[in-house]
Amino acid sequence: MIPRYQTVLFAILVVASIVMGVVLWQLRARAHERLLAGQDSAPTQAPLVAPAEEATLLVASDADNSLMTQMLSLPLPPSPGARAKAVLGKLMELYAMPNAAHPVPGGAASIAQVFLMPVPLDSGQPAPALTKPPRPGQPGASGSDSGPQLAVVNLTGAFAAGHPSGLETETLTVLSICATLHANLPSVTEVRFLVDGQPRSTLAGHADLTRTYLAADATPTEGNPQ
Amino acid sequence: MPSTDRTRRPGLRRLVGLLAALAGSLTAGAQAPPPQAARFVVVLDAAHGGDDAGATLTNQDGSRQPEKNFTLALSVRLRSLLAARGFAVVTTRESDAAADGDTRAAIANRALPRACLSLHASDSGSGVHLFVSSLSPVEKTLLLPWKTAQGAWVTDSLALAGVLNSALGHAGMTVTLGRTALPAVDSMTCPAVAVEIAPEMTADHAQPTHLDDAGYQARVADALAAAMVQWRSTSRAEAPQP
Repeated sequence: MIPRYQTVLFAILVVASIVMGVVLWQLRARAHERLLAGQDSAPTQAPLVAPAEEATLLVASDADNSLMTQMLSLPLPPSPGARAKAVLGKLMELYAMPNAAHPVPGGAASIAQVFLMPVPLDSGQPAPALTKPPRPGQPGASGSDSGPQLAVVNLTGAFAAGHPSGLETETLTVLSICATLHANLPSVTEVRFLVDGQPRSTLAGHADLTRTYLAADATPTEGNPQ
Repeated sequence: MPSTDRTRRPGLRRLVGLLAALAGSLTAGAQAPPPQAARFVVVLDAAHGGDDAGATLTNQDGSRQPEKNFTLALSVRLRSLLAARGFAVVTTRESDAAADGDTRAAIANRALPRACLSLHASDSGSGVHLFVSSLSPVEKTLLLPWKTAQGAWVTDSLALAGVLNSALGHAGMTVTLGRTALPAVDSMTCPAVAVEIAPEMTADHAQPTHLDDAGYQARVADALAAAMVQWRSTSRAEAPQP
């Protein structure tokens, strides 16, 4: 004969087990919902770390072998090197779009780095003037852009390998990069190119990448498109 | 005085012989064309070759051909047209052989040409693209830096591009002009233009004339040959008279 208190205790334990099971099931369901909710609220775009500014892009067109000015509002960082990379990245994005007037695959990732440095004194340019350095935070506060600057554009090997081969298309790519740099950073007077950090003879078999380009020469003047 | 007659006659004969020789040489000089006018050398540089195939071109049937084959075929066709018009033609390659920019420039510079055409082709753009070196003009001197030698001829090259532009325009082709940095052309010591042939597009880009179209190739070659004839006339007219 089972004592009465044992029966009551067994019943209480069974009820407690069932209740705990229901509570655990509900907690699991809530945790799953929280997980799904957390995935939905994850950021899908890179946060804007800089205010939007107006940038000037010199966009190439294969149809008439010209560079056309296009104004865009872009978040541009204050550092000149990062600003140059951001502007050129946007230019490459335009070229990678479907039905682009100057189709070149690669996109913004085609520009690995842009280095800015004073123009070497033996390059025929006047020596950079000694000026008061800008305050930190101001555009050009890197301390190296107070005079004429040489921009070294490091392209990725994938970009050079995928670039269409041709005299006109390669020349337009090089000129549009030079002109866009000069339009947004007027202190950039000369441009050199590297591919994966190494000198390369031509971009895709035609345009010479061993020479130093004068940025002002690439900029189209009024009534004289490139 | 027989002895006197004997001594006078040989002197008279020598004088007559000298006069005849002088007259003959004058006559021959008047009939023969000036050496400079007879030797109007044009260099044709078919771009790429060997392992360097250049761009990949699309044919009418969708198949592909390398740029090196197209430029070589155009060079051969143009050489025949120019030779038939009395030009001395020098080519940088006659087969699928590799040649770097320095070799091409060296072949051109040794020939002392009056015009150099560097032939290219591409699927990008429309019509014919004419490119002149982007080097700044400098004065012609005895010694020039190899990589920038074309700077002394840039003004002449721009004039040659103008003549080519006019001839191609008369042939009804779309022509674009530009400046570029092309290693072989930058080292040439002659009026030099890079000619890039692209498919001829219609206004709506719906029916392009592909590069393997025989009629299109013939039109381009004829227009280039006509431009060279015009360039020769211009050069002779501007040459200093003796």
